[in-house]
Amino acid sequence: MGKENSTREIWLVFWLLLIVTAVEVILGIIKPSFMIERRLIGVTLLNHTFIILTIVKAYYIVYSFMHLGSEKKNLKWSIILPVWVLIPYLLFILLTEAFYQQEMYY
Amino acid sequence: MCDINTSIKLDSKNNKKESIWGGGNRPMKASYGKLMMWFFLITDALTFSAFLGAYGYHRFTHFTDWPIADEVFTHFPFVHGHYPLFYVALMTFILIMSSVTMVLAVHAGHHMNKKGVTIWMFLTIVGGITFLGSQAWEWYHFIKGTEKGALLIPSGEHGQKRVAHYIGLHDSHHEDDSHHEDDSHYSDLVEAEFLDGEPVPQELLSRNDQGEFIYAEQIFGAPLTGEYAFRYNEYGHTTFSNFFYFITGFHGFHVFTGVLINIVIFINVLKGVYHRRGHYEMVEKVGLYWHFVDLVWVFVFTFFYLV
Repeated sequence: MGKENSTREIWLVFWLLLIVTAVEVILGIIKPSFMIERRLIGVTLLNHTFIILTIVKAYYIVYSFMHLGSEKKNLKWSIILPVWVLIPYLLFILLTEAFYQQEMYY
Repeated sequence: MCDINTSIKLDSKNNKKESIWGGGNRPMKASYGKLMMWFFLITDALTFSAFLGAYGYHRFTHFTDWPIADEVFTHFPFVHGHYPLFYVALMTFILIMSSVTMVLAVHAGHHMNKKGVTIWMFLTIVGGITFLGSQAWEWYHFIKGTEKGALLIPSGEHGQKRVAHYIGLHDSHHEDDSHHEDDSHYSDLVEAEFLDGEPVPQELLSRNDQGEFIYAEQIFGAPLTGEYAFRYNEYGHTTFSNFFYFITGFHGFHVFTGVLINIVIFINVLKGVYHRRGHYEMVEKVGLYWHFVDLVWVFVFTFFYLV
C-alpha cells in the first residue's frame, strides 16, 4: 500500500487532467496552422503535442490514481518495463511497415 | 515450511541467499490479488496497444481516403450544428470524474470509513453507467449517419461500387425550378467526387423526374445490418468504421464489466464484508481496473479523435 495520497492531491491531479484535456480539445478545434505545417519525423507538431499531453495524463493516472508512485521500486519496474519496451517496439514495426506499404502500393 | 527452511539453511553457506529463496518473503510488498491485477492490466495494455497500433497501420496505408474523425463525430445532444470534439470531451470528462470518485473511495477505504466508501463507489457506478449511455448515443449517430449521406456509384463490370461525397449539394426543389420545368433538370444540380478526389462523371449522377438517382444510390451512416453492412459507408474507408466499432466497443465492454464488478464490490461494502475483514483492499483492486479503463480511454480519445 505504501504512502497514501491526500484528498488534496487527488483533486489537484483531477484539475490537471481536466486542464490538459481542455487544452487538447481547444487545439483540436482551432488547429493552429503553424502546428500543422511543421513536421518532425513525418508527424505534425500538433500531433506531437497531442501525444506528449496524452503521456502526461497517463503518467498522472498511473502514478497518482493507481498509486504506482508509492509502490516498491521492484513492483514499479516490473510493471513499467514490459510496457515501455514492448509497446514502442510494436508501434515502430507497424508504423514503419505502414509507411513503406503506402509508398509502394498506393 | 520450517523444515524446508532449515534444510536450505544447512545446505547453503551464504546467509543472504537463504532469506531470498527461503520463502515467506514479499519482495513487492503487495498482496497476491493486487499483483495479479497489475499483471492482468499489463496484458490488457498490450492488447489495446495492439489494436490502436493496427488502427495506425491501416490509417497510414490508406491515409488518402481515411475519414477525419472530427468531421465524422460532430453531434451534440439537443443542439443542431457542427460541434466537433465537444461530445467526446464530455465523455472524457465523465470518465475522469468517475476515476476521481473511485480514488476517493479507495482513500476512504484506507481510513476504514464505510460511509465514505459507499458514497464514492456509488458515484463511480453512476459515472460508469453515464459513460456507457453516452457511448450508446455516439454509436447511434454514427450508425444513423448525417442528413446528407453519401453516394454509392457503380463502377466496373463486376458490380463493384465506389463511395462518393457531395460537393456543394443544391436543394433541387427550390432553386432553378422556373428555368427547366420538364425533362431531367435534376441532373446538373448534383456534383460529387470519389474519395480520392476524382470527380464523378455527370452521367452517373443523372436523376429521373421524381429526383431519384438512376444509377447512384444514397447511403447513410455505417450500417451494421442489411445489404451493405461493413462493406460501404458514407464516411469513407470502411476500415475506419470497423476499427471504431471494435476499439470503442472493446473499451465499452471493459467499462461494462468494470461497472458490474463495481456493483458486486459495492454490495459487499454495503453488507459490511470488508469492514469485518479489517481492510478495503478489494475496493483498491477494482479501483486499479477502473483507473485502467480510464487510462485506455485517454489513449483512445487521442488516437481516434484528435490525431
